[in-house]
Amino acid sequence: MSEALVAIEKLNVSYPGATVSAHVLDSVDITIGHGEAVGLVGESGSGKSTVAFALLGLLADDADVSAGRAAFDGRENVFATKEAEALRGTEIAMVFQDPMSALNPLFTIGTQLIDIQRRRFPNERRSQLWARAERVLAEVGMPDAPRRMRAYPHEFSGGMRQRVVIAMALLVEPKLLIADEPTTALDATVEAQVVEALRRLRRRTRSSMLVVSHSMGLIAELCDSVVVMYAGTVVESGPVKAVLRKPLHPYTRALLACEIDPYADFDPEQELATIPGIVPDPARRPSGCIFAARCTESHARCSEPPPHRQVEAGHRFSCWQDASR
Amino acid sequence: MPALLQIARRPGGGFALFAVTVICLVAIAAPLIAPYGPNAIAPAKRLMDPSFQHLLGTDHLGRDILSRLIYGSRVALGVALSVIAISLIAGVTLGIAAALSPRAVDFSIVGIFDIVTAFPSMILALALVAVLGPGLGNVVLLVSIVFIPHFGRVARAQTVALRNSPFIEAERVLGAERWRVILHHVTPNIIGPIFVLACMDIPVVITIEAGLSFLGLGVRPPLASWGSLLNDGYTYLEQSIWLATFSGLALILATLGFALLGEAMRDTLDPKLRKHL
Amino acid sequence: MTALALSLKNAIIRYGRMTAVDGLSLELRPGETLGLVGESGCGKTSVARAIAGLQPLSSGELAIGGEALGGSPAARRRDLQRKVQLLFQDPASSLSPRLTVGALMAEPLKIRRTYSAESWARIAALAESIGLGKQLLPRYPHQLSGGQARRVALVRAIAAEPSIIVADEPTAGLDISVQGELLNLLRSLRDRLQLSYLFISHNLNVVGRVTDRVAIMYLGQIVESGSTRQLFSTPAHPYTRALLSSNLTVDTQRRGDRIVLKGELPSPHEPPTGCRFHGRCPVARAVCATTQPRLETLSDGRAVACHFPSETGFVQAMTG
Repeated sequence: MSEALVAIEKLNVSYPGATVSAHVLDSVDITIGHGEAVGLVGESGSGKSTVAFALLGLLADDADVSAGRAAFDGRENVFATKEAEALRGTEIAMVFQDPMSALNPLFTIGTQLIDIQRRRFPNERRSQLWARAERVLAEVGMPDAPRRMRAYPHEFSGGMRQRVVIAMALLVEPKLLIADEPTTALDATVEAQVVEALRRLRRRTRSSMLVVSHSMGLIAELCDSVVVMYAGTVVESGPVKAVLRKPLHPYTRALLACEIDPYADFDPEQELATIPGIVPDPARRPSGCIFAARCTESHARCSEPPPHRQVEAGHRFSCWQDASR
Repeated sequence: MPALLQIARRPGGGFALFAVTVICLVAIAAPLIAPYGPNAIAPAKRLMDPSFQHLLGTDHLGRDILSRLIYGSRVALGVALSVIAISLIAGVTLGIAAALSPRAVDFSIVGIFDIVTAFPSMILALALVAVLGPGLGNVVLLVSIVFIPHFGRVARAQTVALRNSPFIEAERVLGAERWRVILHHVTPNIIGPIFVLACMDIPVVITIEAGLSFLGLGVRPPLASWGSLLNDGYTYLEQSIWLATFSGLALILATLGFALLGEAMRDTLDPKLRKHL
Repeated sequence: MTALALSLKNAIIRYGRMTAVDGLSLELRPGETLGLVGESGCGKTSVARAIAGLQPLSSGELAIGGEALGGSPAARRRDLQRKVQLLFQDPASSLSPRLTVGALMAEPLKIRRTYSAESWARIAALAESIGLGKQLLPRYPHQLSGGQARRVALVRAIAAEPSIIVADEPTAGLDISVQGELLNLLRSLRDRLQLSYLFISHNLNVVGRVTDRVAIMYLGQIVESGSTRQLFSTPAHPYTRALLSSNLTVDTQRRGDRIVLKGELPSPHEPPTGCRFHGRCPVARAVCATTQPRLETLSDGRAVACHFPSETGFVQAMTG
C-alpha cells in the first residue's frame, strides 16, 4: 500500500499560560489516504478546528506544537519547518464556515477565480483562465455562470458564495481540501446543494478531504472514515459505516444517542438523550481517561490512561472496555 | 475604586483627577481657606506684588487676589455645573424623545438642534444675553440652551442604535411600559458617553462664562469670577501683571483638568478597552 | 370546545414595498407544540415577531385565548399580548446588559407589579430547579455561559405567566449533547404550566421529534401543514418533500434519495406568479405558473397548497 497523503502521529498543541499551560490537543493521530475523505467530528472544545488550523499552519504564534511525526505527501516535519505555510493555497485549500471571509468584497468573482489560478498556471493567458473558471463555476452548480462571473460577492446568497469558494478550491486542485463546518450556516435545501457540489468535486479531482464538523449526518454523507474527538483526544476512529454501525467508545455511543432520528419510532413522552457534565478544562486534564467523569460505564481502571485498541481494519478506539462486548 | 484607578493610569489622567479634585475642594471650602474676604477693599494696598501677606498680590482696590480667585472658583464651577446639569437633562430627554417618537416629531426636534448648533456657541450666547440683559441667572439659562443640542444629538444617536436591540424588544414583550424601558434600559446604556461629553463640555462652559464676564455681561461687580478678574487685570495690566496672570492660570488649570478627565473617562468607559464592569 | 391558544388569520406583513408574510393563517391549540419550518427569508421570524407584538400586522387578525386583539382597548391588548412570550434566537443579547441576573429575573414581576417576597421566592425556586443557583444572581449577562443566558431568558419568560411561548431557533448554536437537555426542559415546563409552544426552527430532526403539528413556510406563505408524524412520513407538497429529503441524518439509508432543488430562493420583493414554488418545483406543470394554489384541507386532515399534491402511494414509491 502506498504511503498516505497525510500522516500525523502524536500531535500535541498547548498554549503556555502564566501558571499552567492549556493542553488543547493531546497525542492526536490522523491519517488521510490519497483520495480519501476523513471526517473530524466533535463538540465545541473538542479541538477539531485546532487540528485543521495546525495543518494549515494557522495556529497563533504562542502555540506550542509538537508531533511525533507530521508527514504530508512524503515530506516529513511539515510543522517544524515553515512548510505548512507554503502548502497553504497550493496543495492544501480551505473552505470555511463563512464564505464571505474567503472572498474579497472589492473584486468580481471572475477576477478572484482567475487570481487563484495564477500560481498553478503562471503562463496562461487571461482568456484561458477565465474560460476554465467559468466552466468550474458551472460545475459546482452555479446557475447562469457566465453572467455571475461578473458579479461581486455581496450579490450572492450564502449558498452561492459557498459554491464560489468550492470552485476556488477546485481551481487550485489541492491535494488536500479542508472544509471547516462548510454547511453549518446554510439552510437545509442549500446545504443539500453544497453537499452535492462537494461530492462532485471529490469525483472530479481525486483530492483528499478533511471535513471538520459537529454534524455526524454531514460526515456520514461525505466521508469514508471518521475521527471522533473529545477534549483534544481522538477517542475513536475508523470507516464511517463501521463506526456508525458499531460505535465502540462510550463517548461515540453517547453522541450518537443524542442524534435525533425523526423517522424512528419514538415515544413522545420519552426524554431525549443528553451527556450530562462538562468538557474538562484543557488546563486541568485528568490523568486517566479524558471522558471518565461523564461516562456512564466508567469503573476503577478509568483513572489510568486507557489503551489504544484496534478491531478489524482501521477501526480504533481507546477505552478500557473490551471491543468484543 | 477601580474606575478611578483606571482613569488615573491614563495619560494625563492623574493630573486631571488631581486638578479637578483641588478645584472642587477649593470651591467648597472657600470661606475656610481664603485668607481675606473677597470683597474687602483696602485702598492703601492697591496693586501690590505678591508677598507673605498677600500671596498673589492685590488688585486695583487693594483686594486679595488669592481670595478673589478662590471665591471665583465657586462662580466658575457653579455656572459650569448648573449649565451642564440643565442642558444634560433637557438634552437627554429631548434626544430620547426624538429617537422614540414618530418621524415628524423626530425631524422637528433634530431641526431645532441643527439651528441652534449652526451658530457658534459664544456668539449665540452673546446675542441671547444682549437680548435678555446681563446677570448670572441669565447667563446660566442661555448657555444651557446653547448646550442642549450637544447632549440631545448624542442621546438621540445612542437611542436610535439601541431601540431595536433584542434586549429592549425583550422588555417590550414582557409588557414593560415605555417609561420603564426608557428609565431602566435605555438611559443606563446611553449615559456613559454623555457623562464623558459633559466632562469635556465643562471647560467650554467655564470659558464662555469667563468670556461673558470679561465683557461685563456675566457676574455683576463686586462678585468675583475668573472672567471678570481677567478683565480687571487686563485693565490694569500696565501697572501690575499679577491679576491677569493668576486668573488666566486658574482658568487654564480648570479647563485642562476637566478636558483631560473627560478624555481619560472616555478611554476608560470604552467597552473595548474596559476589562471589568 | 376550548378556545384556541392563539390564532392568526390572513396575516399580511409588509416592510415598505416588500411583502414578507402574505395571507398566512395559523392556529395553536392549548398544550400543543406547533413547529414553524422554513428557510432563511421565508418570513417565519416576521410571524414570530407579529405574534409577540413586536411587529404590527399590515392586515389580518391575531387572537389570543380566543380574544381578538384588534378592537380591544389598549390596556386589554397589553394584558393579552403579555400571554405570549418570545425566546429570542440569541438569548445573551436579549438580556439588558447593565442589570444583574437577579434584577433581570425580577423584572417581569416588577413590570406586572406583582413583585412580593412570595412571588420572588417562586421565581428563585424555578431558577434553582433548572440549574441557576443563587451564586449567579449578582452576575451580569456577559459573565454567563450561553446555556445559562438561555435559562435566564426562559425564567423571565415563565415569570410573565404566559400561556404561549414562541421559541425562535431555541437550539441554534447548542452542542448536540446539551440540546436534549434544553428540549426536555421545555417539554416538562409545557406540561407543568400548560403552555403552548410555537417552535420555530430549521433543524428538521428536532422539529420532527418535539412538535405535535408542523407548518412549512415558503416565501411568506404556508405550503403545507398537518400532524408532524403525517408530514414527515408522507409529505404532500413537493417543497416539503425536497426539504425533508435534504435533511442530513446519521442513517443515510432510511432517508431515501435526495431531491436537490434547482436555483435559489426567489426574492420576496418580486415573488413569482402563480405558485411561488413553480420555478424550482420538480413536478410543476403549465397551470402552476399562472394560478396560485389555495391551501386546501385533504381528507387526512392536513392542508396543502399545491395543484398536484402527491398521493400517499407516490411518496412511498419515492422514498421507499
